[in-house]
Amino acid sequence: MQIRRFDAIVVGAGGSGMRAALELARSNLKVAVLSKVFPTRSHTVAAQGGIAAPLANSTEDNWHWHMYDTVKGADYLGDQDAIEYMCRRAIECVVELEHMGMPFDRLENGKIYQRPFGGHTQDYGSAKMAMRSCAAADRTGHAMLHTLYQQNVRANTQFFVEWMALDVILDPQDGACVGVVALEMETGEISILQAKATLLATGGAGRIYWATTNAFINTGDGLGMVARAGLPLEDMEFWQFHPTGVAGAGILITEGVRGEGGYLLNKSGERFMERYAPNNKDLASRDVVSRAMTTEIKEGRGCGPHGDYLELKLSHLPPEDIIKRLPGIREIAIKFANADPIRDHIPVVPTVHYQMGGIPTNYMGQVVVPEGASKEAIVPGLYAAGECACVSVHGANRLGTNSLLDLLVFGKSSGEQVIKDMRGQPAPHRTLPKGAGDATRVRLARLDSASSGERVVDVLNDLRRTMQAHCGVFRFPDDLVSGVKKVTEIAERASRIFIADKSKVFNTARVEALELENLVETAMSTIISAEARKESRGAQARADFPGRDDKNWMKHTLWYKEGNRLDYKPVHQKPLSVETMEPKVRTY
Amino acid sequence: MKLSIYRYDPDKDQKPYMKDYEVALDAADRMLLDALVKAKAQDDSLSFRRSCREGVCGSDAININGKNGLACVTKIAELPDHVSVRPLPGLPVIRDLIVDMTQFFKQYHSIKPYVINTDPPPERERLQSPQERDELNGLYECILCACCSTACPSFWWNPDKFVGPAGLLQAYRFIADTRDQATAERLDNLEDPYRLFRCHSIMNCVDACPKNLNPTRAIGKIKEIMVRRAV
Repeated sequence: MQIRRFDAIVVGAGGSGMRAALELARSNLKVAVLSKVFPTRSHTVAAQGGIAAPLANSTEDNWHWHMYDTVKGADYLGDQDAIEYMCRRAIECVVELEHMGMPFDRLENGKIYQRPFGGHTQDYGSAKMAMRSCAAADRTGHAMLHTLYQQNVRANTQFFVEWMALDVILDPQDGACVGVVALEMETGEISILQAKATLLATGGAGRIYWATTNAFINTGDGLGMVARAGLPLEDMEFWQFHPTGVAGAGILITEGVRGEGGYLLNKSGERFMERYAPNNKDLASRDVVSRAMTTEIKEGRGCGPHGDYLELKLSHLPPEDIIKRLPGIREIAIKFANADPIRDHIPVVPTVHYQMGGIPTNYMGQVVVPEGASKEAIVPGLYAAGECACVSVHGANRLGTNSLLDLLVFGKSSGEQVIKDMRGQPAPHRTLPKGAGDATRVRLARLDSASSGERVVDVLNDLRRTMQAHCGVFRFPDDLVSGVKKVTEIAERASRIFIADKSKVFNTARVEALELENLVETAMSTIISAEARKESRGAQARADFPGRDDKNWMKHTLWYKEGNRLDYKPVHQKPLSVETMEPKVRTY
Repeated sequence: MKLSIYRYDPDKDQKPYMKDYEVALDAADRMLLDALVKAKAQDDSLSFRRSCREGVCGSDAININGKNGLACVTKIAELPDHVSVRPLPGLPVIRDLIVDMTQFFKQYHSIKPYVINTDPPPERERLQSPQERDELNGLYECILCACCSTACPSFWWNPDKFVGPAGLLQAYRFIADTRDQATAERLDNLEDPYRLFRCHSIMNCVDACPKNLNPTRAIGKIKEIMVRRAV
C-alpha cells in the first residue's frame, strides 16, 4: 500500500470541506482534499433557498433573534453555545462569501436580497417573519459551491478527485487519528493518506430512505468510517422530512416557494396550515409542516386519485416573480411533475432531506467522545464539519437556510482549529500503527474474491424500503421494534454481498458495495436510537409518547456500532455570552 | 425499453463494443438515468457517473442517440424505443460511459474562474444593482457538465488550445461581474488565434446545453469587447 503524507487532509469537497480547505490553503500547510466526485458535483449544489444571516437588509434583525429561532426550531436539543457561535459568525461568513464572488440576488439599494423562511421570525418568535435568507434565485447551493470551488482553484488547493475514503486510522495508544485509507477510483489502487489532522466533511446519508431529496452519493461514508473505528454517532434518530419533495420523484422544491408567498392546499382547496400553525402558517418549521401534511393525507384529505399528496400553490404570484426568483423549481416542476407553477399546483409530499445527527463535535470542529469521566474528550487529530457532523446546532430539527450557514461557519472554524492545533504542537508524523489499513484490505479482499452471495442492489433496496416504512414522519412502537429486527437482518445480509464486476478500472460496483456498508451503519444507528428515545421532539414524533419529555430526554443520544450500545450526554444549555433560552411549549 | 450502450473496460477489452440491454420500466421510471440504473442492476459492470439526479450537479452527461445531454433530465417518453448511449465525444474514455475530463477542467481553470478585486474588502457586502446582477444570469448557472464543449468541433480539433464554450461562458461571467477588476487581463488571456477565436459560431453548444444557456452569445460579447478595445 502506498503511503502519502500531508499535514492535513479534508475528506469531502462540498460546502464545509471546501470552506475548510480554503482556510487551510491560506496557511502554509500541506493539504489534500479527497472527494469521491468532482467538487462541484457535491450535494451542496442542490441547495436552493438561501443562507441565513441577520443582515437586516429588508427587515429589522439581529443574531439574538436568529439564535432564539434556531434554539426553538431545534426543539431545545441544540447546544446553545454552538448555536450562539454560529449565529454570531453568520454575517461575517456570508459577507466573505459575497466578497469571494457569490452571485447573490440584489435589492434596489445594491445589498444582498433576503427572503423569509420557515421558523425565522422577528422579536423572539413573533408572528412577523424575518427576511433572513440570503439568496441567489433558487440556486443558492449551486452558486455557493461553485464560488467556493473557484476560490480553491485560485488558492491552488490540491484535490484528489474521485478518491473515496474508506476508513480512518486511529492510533490504538491514545485513539488519535493519523489519516485515512482511500481508494483511487480510476485505478482501483488503495493508499494510506497519513496526516496530523483529518477533517471529515462527507455530508449526509439520506439514501437510507426510499423517498429522499438526497443525491446518489449521500451514503454517510464519514459516519460509516467513524462507526467502524469504534467512535459513537450522535442523535441519529433525528431525520428531517422536507415538506415539499415532488411526489413520486423526491426532488426538492425549496421552502423559498413558501417564503415568496406560496402555500399548501389539501383536496378541498383548504389552506390547512392555518389550522396547525395559526401564526406562521406555511412558514412554521419543517417538522411541524411535515406532520401536518402527513395528518392531512392520513385523514383522507390528500389530493389525487389515491389521496397521497398535497398541492403547493404559487400560481397567484406574478409570473415575472416566479421566473426571476424561482426559475430552478419551475424547471424541476415542469420536468418532474409536468406542472408549470405559473399555472399549475405542484404535487408534493414530505420527503427525507437532512440528517440532524452525526459525528459528535464541538463548535471548533473537534470530534468529542466519552472517555473516563468526560463525556466530551477530544479525539486528537480528528475533526468533522457540515452535515456529517453533529455540533449540535440543529438539535432535533433544522431550520431552512441554517444548513448552508452551518457549512460556512463550521467549515471555517474547523479549518482555523486545525491550523491552531498544528501550530500549537508542531510534531513530526507519528509512526503508523501496526496493521494500519489491514481491516480495509480484508473487506476489499472479500469483495474481490466472493463469487456469490447477496446482490448489492437487493440489500440496498430492502434497507431503504424498511427505513421508509419503519422510521418515518410519525413513529409507532411496533414498527420501531420490528424495524430494529429487520435492519439487523439486512446488516447481516450486507456482510455477504458480492459483486460480479472484478475490474480494477473505475469499478462503480465496488464503490456501491462500500457505500452500502456505510448506509447500513447509518440506518442501524438511526433505528436503534429512535426506538430507544421514548418521547416526541422535533423530527422524532412517536405515537406512543406524543409529548416532549425534558425531564428524562433533554439529552443527546450516542450510538456505538459495537453491540449497538447507547449512551447519552447532556445538552449544552448554556450559551457563550447570553442567558440560557429556557425550553417552552413550541408553537408556530 | 431497449438500450444499446457503449462498453469498454481497458482491463479486459481489446476494443469498445455496443451492448444491448432490455430494461423493464416501472411507472416511477421517468428519465433515462432511471433506465441506466435498471440496466446496472442487471449487469453491475456497467459504469457511469451520476449523483444529484435532478440536472444540477453535471455528473451524468452522455451522448444519447447522437446528442449530448444529461441522462437524469432526459425523459424516456420523449425518446424513441431504441436508444443508443455513448460517452461524451472527443474526450478519452476511462471506462464505458466515463470520460477523462482533465482537459475540459484545465481549460476552465485557464480563464481564472474567480472574481479578482484588489480593493480592500469592505466591512459589508460589495454593492451591485439588480440590473448589474442580472448581467450574470444565463452565465453563473453553468454546471460544468461538458455537454457543450464536447459537442463543439473546434474543441474536438484543439482541446488543448481552444478554451471551448464552457470555459468561455465562464470567462464572460467574470468579465460581466461589476465586482471584477481584471477585464483587461482576462481579454489579454484570450487574445490569440486559438483560445477564443477558434469559435466559428457553429452553435452546437447552444443546442447541447441542458440548462438552456447560450455560450455562443457570451463568446460574441467577448469578441465585441475585444474589438471595441482595439479601436
